[in-house]
Amino acid sequence: MIYLDNAATTKPCSEAAEAAVKCASRCFGNPSSLHHMGVEAEKAITSAKKTLLNRLGKEGEIFFTSGATESNNMAIFGIAEAMKRRGNRIVTTDIEHPSVSEPMKKLSERGFDVISLKPKDHTDLERAIIDAVDEKTILISFMAVNNEIGFIIDTKKVYHGVKRKNPYCAVHVDGVQGFCKLPLYGDTISLSGHKIHCFKGIGALYKNKDTRLLPMAFGGGQQGGLRSGTEPVELAAAFEAAVKAYPENVTVFSALRHRLTGHLEGLNRIIINSPENGIDNILNFSVLGVRSEIMLHFLEEKGIYVSSGSACSKGKIGSAPDAFGISAERADSAVRVSFCRNNTEKEIDILAEALEEGIKRFRR
Amino acid sequence: MAKYGEIALKGLNRSNFEDLLVKNIRRRLDKLGKYDVTRRQSTIYIIPVDENSDLDAAVKKVSHVFGIAAVQRSAVLPKDMNEIIKQSVPYLKDTLERARSFKVEAKRADKTFPFTSPQIQQELGGALSDAYPHLVTDVHNPDVTVLVEIRDKGAYVNAEKITAVGGMPVGSNGNALLLLSGGIDSPVAAYMMAKRGLRVDAIHFQSPPYTSERALMKVETLCEKLTEYCGSIRFYCVPFTEIQEALRDNCDNDYFTVIMRRLMLKIANTICERSHCSALITGESVGQVASQTLAAIACTDKAANYPVLRPLVGMDKKEIVETARKIDTFETSILPYEDCCTVFTPKHPKTKPLIEDVLKEEAKFDFEPLIKKAIEGITIKDFKI
Repeated sequence: MIYLDNAATTKPCSEAAEAAVKCASRCFGNPSSLHHMGVEAEKAITSAKKTLLNRLGKEGEIFFTSGATESNNMAIFGIAEAMKRRGNRIVTTDIEHPSVSEPMKKLSERGFDVISLKPKDHTDLERAIIDAVDEKTILISFMAVNNEIGFIIDTKKVYHGVKRKNPYCAVHVDGVQGFCKLPLYGDTISLSGHKIHCFKGIGALYKNKDTRLLPMAFGGGQQGGLRSGTEPVELAAAFEAAVKAYPENVTVFSALRHRLTGHLEGLNRIIINSPENGIDNILNFSVLGVRSEIMLHFLEEKGIYVSSGSACSKGKIGSAPDAFGISAERADSAVRVSFCRNNTEKEIDILAEALEEGIKRFRR
Repeated sequence: MAKYGEIALKGLNRSNFEDLLVKNIRRRLDKLGKYDVTRRQSTIYIIPVDENSDLDAAVKKVSHVFGIAAVQRSAVLPKDMNEIIKQSVPYLKDTLERARSFKVEAKRADKTFPFTSPQIQQELGGALSDAYPHLVTDVHNPDVTVLVEIRDKGAYVNAEKITAVGGMPVGSNGNALLLLSGGIDSPVAAYMMAKRGLRVDAIHFQSPPYTSERALMKVETLCEKLTEYCGSIRFYCVPFTEIQEALRDNCDNDYFTVIMRRLMLKIANTICERSHCSALITGESVGQVASQTLAAIACTDKAANYPVLRPLVGMDKKEIVETARKIDTFETSILPYEDCCTVFTPKHPKTKPLIEDVLKEEAKFDFEPLIKKAIEGITIKDFKI
């Protein structure tokens, strides 16, 4: 099996699995319990939070959630609600994940003025985001790395630019694809476990100490009342282990990308959709003349797993291709390959061979 | 208690039908618990052996068995007039509260019972009137007829008649092979033919990698849902990719759909024979899509060696959808996974193809070896009730 769909999810690493099992057998208490089991469980949570903060290179708070979708919802609705008296303008982009764009739709329905920027309209998207912020803007939300094509937004540039313009405007970053791969700057940052070899079902929200956020779900008051619910001790332990196991610099990504683009150059009618300066581990390209779902199933018959965004598939086309200026025809034949640290150049060679075969068979 | 409809018309063959119906009911109830199923005088009695049987589930199940016109729930009461009255009143509450008029009918199979039928009717009728004063007694055209049957084992009191699916027992009129796609129509066609007493097997054509695993799973789900009404179904899955590709590469694209359907029927012919079926069933209707004009149907029909039953041929889409909802296949059918009927759909399909032209196009390539290969590659799955 050659798994090249790591932007969708990654295989949990043995470190994460072991940490979870160890925790489940020895440290399974409820952190809110008064006895020793509770204390040990609380320690495990605290340790995991510290590890995540260290990795982010920040001081501040970490909240464990059920995943980045929850983290995004928590930040966006939480900040909008907390800051709505200061202003009602929000800036975001057209390339966001649905867990950001759907909350934005809801906020717009509730009366917030939501401005959404398209990369194709601005050569300097960071500048455009900063320029869109005014004194009525209470929140901006954007992704550090776009999951579909790997497009990068410079969070440092945006963060500092926005803060200079309006220090009260909160900066929320969807760090799902960027965590452990690039430095992230934001008042709140969403993180996802299953993109870095942890299990599905655990994520986190980083929050700057000064940023105000109101809770949207209510219950036992855990995690400072901002995210009620028994803390996910075993999964947090796994998340911690996965972060520790993730190398500071994964050099193989650029080698794999280079090898794949090299192969693609040898094939006819291929358009690379990912920007040159996009993230190394995501490469999105269109195989013109072959619908991507057909290529996907053909590759899977050979044991190679990639992703597609074709209109007829379960993963429906979002507004992202259009926002990047990618035509419907290109989007319909777009294949996304995403690496993890365990992929090899040999696997890329096999993929390339299979693509060539697929093109011969299916191209019209 | 289950009553049958058309079987009553069957004369000498009647007891065969009845036996088959009892057998079908027994099989259907098998997983729900222990039930004693017997028949007497045009009525089938289904009696739970366990105290804790889910009678609601059993009633629902039995009302989905073809051959049954109506199902009635009965309380089995002690053969004592006081008890009958005392227990009937609350038992019949739901039914009687909703009705405006009623009457009581009594039958005594056990003649030793101390009250005569008219006396039973009077006593019980009076008690029910008192308990439900809004009710008017109407002996000619009541909303509800309360039936009391004094039998050996007890007094059976019932009121509510649930209309069942009607039709004839599955298997009483032969076997047929259904061409099952993932769409809305073919499952409805299966239902309608099973209703006429046909035992149905299904054949499906898949074309990986053009069609996905999920598309196949969707069709298998439809098959499973159909077993609720059609009984057990044997599912034949044909690998169709090579044939479709050969068709696309060698024949005029405008004839694609017509020729494809002909090739499907040719394959279905062979399976029809193997599975001892006497007819084919499709979900074709007239005028719904370009391949379903009379001219196109005439061309595809010529490829079949068996009568092709098209129960939807006179139905509007609205009626088809209503039935699909009723038999719980609609939501599954509309899941967006492509089946091979829609892959390679020509932009300008021939709506009025002439058979000579179709045959000419078809002859441009020798499909026989691929047909043989496809048949050899068939996988079989049994969906049991």
